[in-house]
Amino acid sequence: MTGQPALAVEATGLQKSFGDTRAVAGIDLAVPAGAIYGVLGPNGAGKTTTIRMLATLVRPDAGRARVLGHDVVTEGDAVRGLVSLTGQLASVDEELTGRENLVLIGRLLGHRRPAARARADELLEAFGVAAAAGKLVKHWSGGMRRRLDIAASLVVTPQLVFLDEPTTGLDPRSRNQVWEIARALVAEGTTILLCTQYLEEADQLADGIVVIDHGRVIAEGTPGQLKASVGTGALHVRLVDPARRAEAARVLESLVGPVALEPDPAALSATCADARRAAIGMGELGRAGVGIADFSLGRPSLDEVFLALTGHPARTGPAAGEEPAATLEEQAS
Amino acid sequence: MSTTTTPGAADAAAVRRAIASAARPPRPGALSTALAFGWRGVLKIKHVPEQLIDVTATPVLFLLMFTYLFGGALAGSTAAYLDYVLPGVLVMSVVFTTVYSGVALNTDLTKGVVDRFRSLPIRRSAPLLGALLGDSVRYVLAGTVVLGFGLVLGYRPDGGVLGAVCALALVVVFSFGLSWVFTVVGLVLRSPTAVLNGGFLVLFPVTFLSNVFVDPATLPGPLRAFVAVNPISVLATAARSLVDGRPDGTAIVVSLAVAAALAAVFLPVTTRLYRSR
Repeated sequence: MTGQPALAVEATGLQKSFGDTRAVAGIDLAVPAGAIYGVLGPNGAGKTTTIRMLATLVRPDAGRARVLGHDVVTEGDAVRGLVSLTGQLASVDEELTGRENLVLIGRLLGHRRPAARARADELLEAFGVAAAAGKLVKHWSGGMRRRLDIAASLVVTPQLVFLDEPTTGLDPRSRNQVWEIARALVAEGTTILLCTQYLEEADQLADGIVVIDHGRVIAEGTPGQLKASVGTGALHVRLVDPARRAEAARVLESLVGPVALEPDPAALSATCADARRAAIGMGELGRAGVGIADFSLGRPSLDEVFLALTGHPARTGPAAGEEPAATLEEQAS
Repeated sequence: MSTTTTPGAADAAAVRRAIASAARPPRPGALSTALAFGWRGVLKIKHVPEQLIDVTATPVLFLLMFTYLFGGALAGSTAAYLDYVLPGVLVMSVVFTTVYSGVALNTDLTKGVVDRFRSLPIRRSAPLLGALLGDSVRYVLAGTVVLGFGLVLGYRPDGGVLGAVCALALVVVFSFGLSWVFTVVGLVLRSPTAVLNGGFLVLFPVTFLSNVFVDPATLPGPLRAFVAVNPISVLATAARSLVDGRPDGTAIVVSLAVAAALAAVFLPVTTRLYRSR
């Protein structure tokens, strides 16, 4: 990828409204080439709209963006020749077979029919979906569909791939496969802009992360920096004897972090900046003879990141967070 | 995970090889992208043939019902009425099929696949042109079913095979123009069902208030005036003249002009709406 600018995406002051709703309220982005860059935020934060502006599907109301050195508004066609989009809902044709989907994309990109077929078969094989290649995609599982969707983005190797929530609604095994594919892409020099609402996904894949909420950037940094700002998560403890909860709370408060008492009279939790301190706190409870029924160290959720960064929880209620998963399952069934 | 060899798993090494080996072909021309989209349309007919039953069953039912129920009363004998009504039903069946162009476009828009097409480096009108190429295959099939069914019922056109082929070609070309109206409807309305209902709400009266089923001579004045200027009547007259082997030049030219006018107005509207979606 010689001749590629150092920044794959350079955006300043991007804005987009739909009617009265301000989906994106002024976003700046600087995405280095050759890495995975995560855009992290809850549902409705403006992630998808941002990606759609960068992929030239939506024209920004204000602001400028250059993708691989080309302006998304004035040089849209040049941008489209270099990027691929894998949408939030699988961007494949459900009423065609898997092979027909990839052959169609190959032909639209300028391959003659034999070359398009050969490329389709190569990708179907590599993505582990060759066995289902002749079946209509509407009969495929969600995980296979998602892999086909990514394969469709790679019929001609793009310099930049937009992955919009690539694992929402997938089971852990399918999710790991998508992650493997993303890593393989970057190893071959492609840049990935990854939208996700999962902190763990950004942590696993991204070299840099920008957190957005209400259409604005609220934090930016490496996964390490981001996690340092929230701590490791929370230490959850359940005691054998509820009567000793006040004593346990004093110990954890002094050794681990701020303590919250839970509705269960035997349970309490402590915000934990560092796993080592959680170990010290648990050791002290043991020495004091406080009986422990159960304990766990939770990873910080997106909610906790938001709480730490903004002082308010992410707007996704538990129900809102489940929405995309339900949609995918419906489609898979 | 990279060492997993379970069948059905992505193979990271193969993925890397596939990415590294991809050649970038020269950009395709407008014709080859339109043909690729046309191929997509044909594949859909192949995979979901039921949609054809939908558009052919109705005209075939009408043909049977009108011929045997009303034919004797309207034209003296069922055979005489079949001669009159068959070209009309040919028009009706193909014209009805145009609604499905709007339904198909609307269905695409509710899925993510349009985002994929729009993010490709191709002309943004290519999916539309290609879809209509695929649709014209559907028009020809719908028309052929009606003509074939007519032959089974004893219909023998005076214009022979050539006349029938010319009539079918004229009707298909007209429908090509008319279908842009329904692509606009497909882009404006919310759901495929709304497009289907809206389309037939317009097409049913327009088709019945024409000379497709009855000779307008007996109609009351204002209705007869409407039937006379209804483009469907003109098209039916032109198709009749072709199958009868006595081409009516005026009706043929007017039909083609109407098709061209519809395309000239609604094609740009379609592409503009499609681009802004």
